[in-house]
Amino acid sequence: MSRDQGPRVGVLALQGDFREHGVTLKAIGAQPIFVRTPVELDLVEALIIPGGESTTIGKLATRFGLIDPLIERIEAGMPTWGTCAGMILLAKEVVGPEQPLLRCLDIVVERNAFGRQNDSFETDLDIEGLDEPFRAVFIRAPWVVKVGDGVEVLATVDGHPVMVEDRHLMATSFHPELTGDSRLHQRLVDLVE
Amino acid sequence: MEKGTSRVKRGLAEMLKGGVIMDVVTADQAKIAEEAGAVAVMALERVPSDIRKMGGVARMADPTKIDEIQAEVSIPVMAKCRIGHFTEARVLQALNVDYIDESEVLTPADVEHHINKWDFTTPFVCGARNLGEALRRIGEGAAMIRTKGEAGTGNVVEAVTHMRTVTNELRRLTQLGPEQLMSAARDLGAPYDLVREVHETGKLPVVNFAAGGIATPADAALMMALGVDGVFVGSGIFKSSDPPAYARAIVEATTFWADPEVVAKVSRGLGEAMPGLEIDKIPANEKLAERGW
Repeated sequence: MSRDQGPRVGVLALQGDFREHGVTLKAIGAQPIFVRTPVELDLVEALIIPGGESTTIGKLATRFGLIDPLIERIEAGMPTWGTCAGMILLAKEVVGPEQPLLRCLDIVVERNAFGRQNDSFETDLDIEGLDEPFRAVFIRAPWVVKVGDGVEVLATVDGHPVMVEDRHLMATSFHPELTGDSRLHQRLVDLVE
Repeated sequence: MEKGTSRVKRGLAEMLKGGVIMDVVTADQAKIAEEAGAVAVMALERVPSDIRKMGGVARMADPTKIDEIQAEVSIPVMAKCRIGHFTEARVLQALNVDYIDESEVLTPADVEHHINKWDFTTPFVCGARNLGEALRRIGEGAAMIRTKGEAGTGNVVEAVTHMRTVTNELRRLTQLGPEQLMSAARDLGAPYDLVREVHETGKLPVVNFAAGGIATPADAALMMALGVDGVFVGSGIFKSSDPPAYARAIVEATTFWADPEVVAKVSRGLGEAMPGLEIDKIPANEKLAERGW
């Protein structure tokens, strides 16, 4: 595959709103590739782990042999961004019952931390490094309860971190793919050399 | 900070896409569903095939049962209320369920009106047999649509018919000229603004799942291939001979619907599917899909 059509950005497509990420990626000139198998993972230069149910995505990734290849690529430096469920899957640890995780990002995450669906919300969020606020949609969203050394907090809601970054890794509690604002997708693409 | 906006309500359905939502009647079943990889569970008193067998009036589940299921699992918990029964819906909202299914599987409480779903913070999913019905429900505030199918039959034929009908009507609408849209709205019995929107986009403005009669991994994969966003399985799991295995296989077939080798692999050795019913053998007054309008 050529680079004529922009960087090849994978979107983990086991479950969740992967299609919307694909639409936003196309809009900024990247080539989205939906990843369900290790072979598809080999094709990509960056990866988005989308929103969905983290338990479902984690179980499917385990059963279809994706956990180790994902960890290997991410630890080798592939720019990777987790949104909502994706943030949970990237985390080193989750508060509560055990579930399959990639444990690549040194954060502790609490699932459904804002509450159930009735407490889901949207808001204008200030993000470090962005000039204008970002319309952020939080759906049964997690927040970060603890960050490790070197992990930078870029946005908070009521004092709780909802966006963090560590070298080539990004994680957001909210869903930029639901609003059509492509600034964070661009940030990921910029990490591809 | 705004709660209960359309984007927030429709957004949860977006996150459920590519997943399986399973009917459960106990906390133990909810746990089995979650372990199998369900994206959500639907809490109810009886699964549709039992409602069909037992007859009588089917109502919202006991709040204690909903509490128990919510305490057991971390995935979203949905619950059903009767068509038009806005008080059951208010109770479900007060119980903090994640989605309310205004469902024809329960006995309708109002023969003329569905619930005004704009009144609620909790999002609603509703059944539809065709595009007009889907757009009427969305017009009333539904944030997610599903086919009605024919619940509790283990027979996928009605779900297929409903999905194909919606797809054909969507396709037709995109080909009309602007001057034809008002008469299309009249014929569909659908709100004009939504007809115009669909004419532009070629798709429903909300997520659309399959429901009603899905009993096997191949049924789930078939519905995905017909273009649904995900699958509800009612009686199909806990009326099969091996619920954990069925649950897991249907989850896997829903993700890998386009890969028949995976569907074959997960379908092996599952044991008996739920007993099926022929639609023609069901008396007209017992067809659940006819409820609502």
